[in-house]
Amino acid sequence: MNSIDKELLIKMYMNMVKIRRFEEKANELFLNGEIPGFVHLYIGEEAIATGVMFNLNTDDYITSTHRGHGHTISKGAELKPMMAEIMGKKTGYCHGKGGSMHIADFKVGMLGANGVVGGGFAIATGAALAAKLRGSKQVAVCFFGDGASNRGTFHESLNMASAWRLPVIFVCENNQYASTTPYRTTTSVENIADRAIGYSIPGVVANGNDVFDVYEVAKAAVERAREGGGPTLIEAKTYRIKGHFVGDPEMYRTKEEVNEHFENDDPIKNFKSQVLRRGELTDEEMDDIDKRVADEIKEAVEYGRKSPYPEPEEIYDDLYV
Amino acid sequence: MREITFAEATLEAMAEEMERDPRVFVMGEDIARQGGIFGQFKGLPQKFGYDRVRDTPISETTIVGSGVGAALAGMRPVVDMHFVDFVGIAMDEIYNQMAKVRYMFGGQATVPVVLRAPDGITQSAAAQHSQSLEAWFLHVPGLKVVIPSNPADAKGLLKSAIRDDNPVLYFENKVLYRQKGPVPEDEYLTPIGQANVVKEGKDVTIVSYSITLQKCIEAAKRLEQEGINVEVIDLRTIVPMDKETIYNSVKKTKHLVIAHEAVKTGGVGAEIAAAVAEDVIEYLDGPIMRLGGKFTPIPFSPALEKIWPPSVEDIYSAVKQII
Repeated sequence: MNSIDKELLIKMYMNMVKIRRFEEKANELFLNGEIPGFVHLYIGEEAIATGVMFNLNTDDYITSTHRGHGHTISKGAELKPMMAEIMGKKTGYCHGKGGSMHIADFKVGMLGANGVVGGGFAIATGAALAAKLRGSKQVAVCFFGDGASNRGTFHESLNMASAWRLPVIFVCENNQYASTTPYRTTTSVENIADRAIGYSIPGVVANGNDVFDVYEVAKAAVERAREGGGPTLIEAKTYRIKGHFVGDPEMYRTKEEVNEHFENDDPIKNFKSQVLRRGELTDEEMDDIDKRVADEIKEAVEYGRKSPYPEPEEIYDDLYV
Repeated sequence: MREITFAEATLEAMAEEMERDPRVFVMGEDIARQGGIFGQFKGLPQKFGYDRVRDTPISETTIVGSGVGAALAGMRPVVDMHFVDFVGIAMDEIYNQMAKVRYMFGGQATVPVVLRAPDGITQSAAAQHSQSLEAWFLHVPGLKVVIPSNPADAKGLLKSAIRDDNPVLYFENKVLYRQKGPVPEDEYLTPIGQANVVKEGKDVTIVSYSITLQKCIEAAKRLEQEGINVEVIDLRTIVPMDKETIYNSVKKTKHLVIAHEAVKTGGVGAEIAAAVAEDVIEYLDGPIMRLGGKFTPIPFSPALEKIWPPSVEDIYSAVKQII
């Protein structure tokens, strides 16, 4: 792991823990009635957003999904306005108009979560087209799930991005379930990355539970895109530890299956064992990070709780410029 | 004043705006090498290159969606729909993405994208290449919808649409493309959201837009011969709708007829009639008449196609019925 120095290791660990704690808190607050709407948790998938995002600059673009908190945190959004947003408060990133499924932070190139599965493909492709037309060397990353790979937008966007050699990286987070349906029962291929051949672009499978593997695979794809080599399709294989949404009765799988994955594939546990084995970080250093993250989460929740709801007269704000 | 065609007017608008702002580019099917199937993009790639005037794959969803993405990333794209009839393929990208991103993200985003869509009946193009679908988008908050009826407005409205920071749908009628009209040589903009009183009158108001406006003017001429003084309003923009101009006219004439080529049921006419009934019904001296296309797909045979949209005779008769 020569390309990853200690500073980056600390950032990666902190980012993954931040996502995990944020999601655990979101779960709790939702069940407590403090978060309205639908909440889709990223628990178990932290290594993907983290591994990809540490290859990006602030002015690079991402498009996210309904399961978007992890991407948003990783791209550099702050926890306070995030928490306020998913609570529907005025101080949230979207002034309470978006919520969990429509969170965005344009200041850091986060072009929005999307309530429509597969809604991000064309938007990311267009952002990459903008970068190419400007000659700006920015790249765009489209995060999507195994289910979204069966949308027509997947095909149209990969074809267009390849035909025009656009600087876009398509990152499939294969968490095994398209909403509640096991992806293999509805998908033509075992590896979604295999579909890349139809678009004459590289298709690479990464271990989505290993942040180091994701980081290296994404690094090559981002460099290729920045240098004008065009798109890459990355499939990061992972497992969705939580249900499709908070409150999902999960009739489609057993507790044993989930527990087995959580025991063996937890990306944070996986990270810890690797860095401890290699002597790169100590337990104390990681405990210290855990504490800092816990404080930050606490402050974010307090901020969200204290923040006001939008006023009725704000309902027409921001419809048109 | 010099006269140029509607298609040439849109071409001038594109060229002037692309000259003025390097962020403006245009993409769509058959627009660069072919120059657009109605010649409405002819010569543009020679002036601005094939990067800024791009032939796309036949992928309407991604044409529109990538237009939204490029707009979010700071460009000012114009995307061409080839025929408005294909807009359904890109519907999610229009009503769930393009129209909502600004509001949903609390004003963080601007979406300066223009969607150009040729519409209307011409030469037995039949059910899937002849429609007028503007009413669908009247129902979607967050979009602006313009629909010019002549070359001068075609140019001025397209320039305004490209400069607008909101998403604008621009419906251009296929028959109008070939028609000539006076267009100023000096630069001008036609404001979005302002109707145009084409002809003043005191007895009845006819509201229309796009190709059907000509039929209304024709009908008005016949009515004038019988002593009925008609006011004709060209709506020009459907969203935001210039209700004030309509209301002022209705208050004066006390009679209202609305005519468009799109299907009458659930059409723009229905919205205008409802708004007038809600807000100024006390001024009316008779029922509101709506004219629009029949509630069928547009038939192929010239014999049937001809009778599908409202005719001059239909408009004339509607006025006679309420006066």
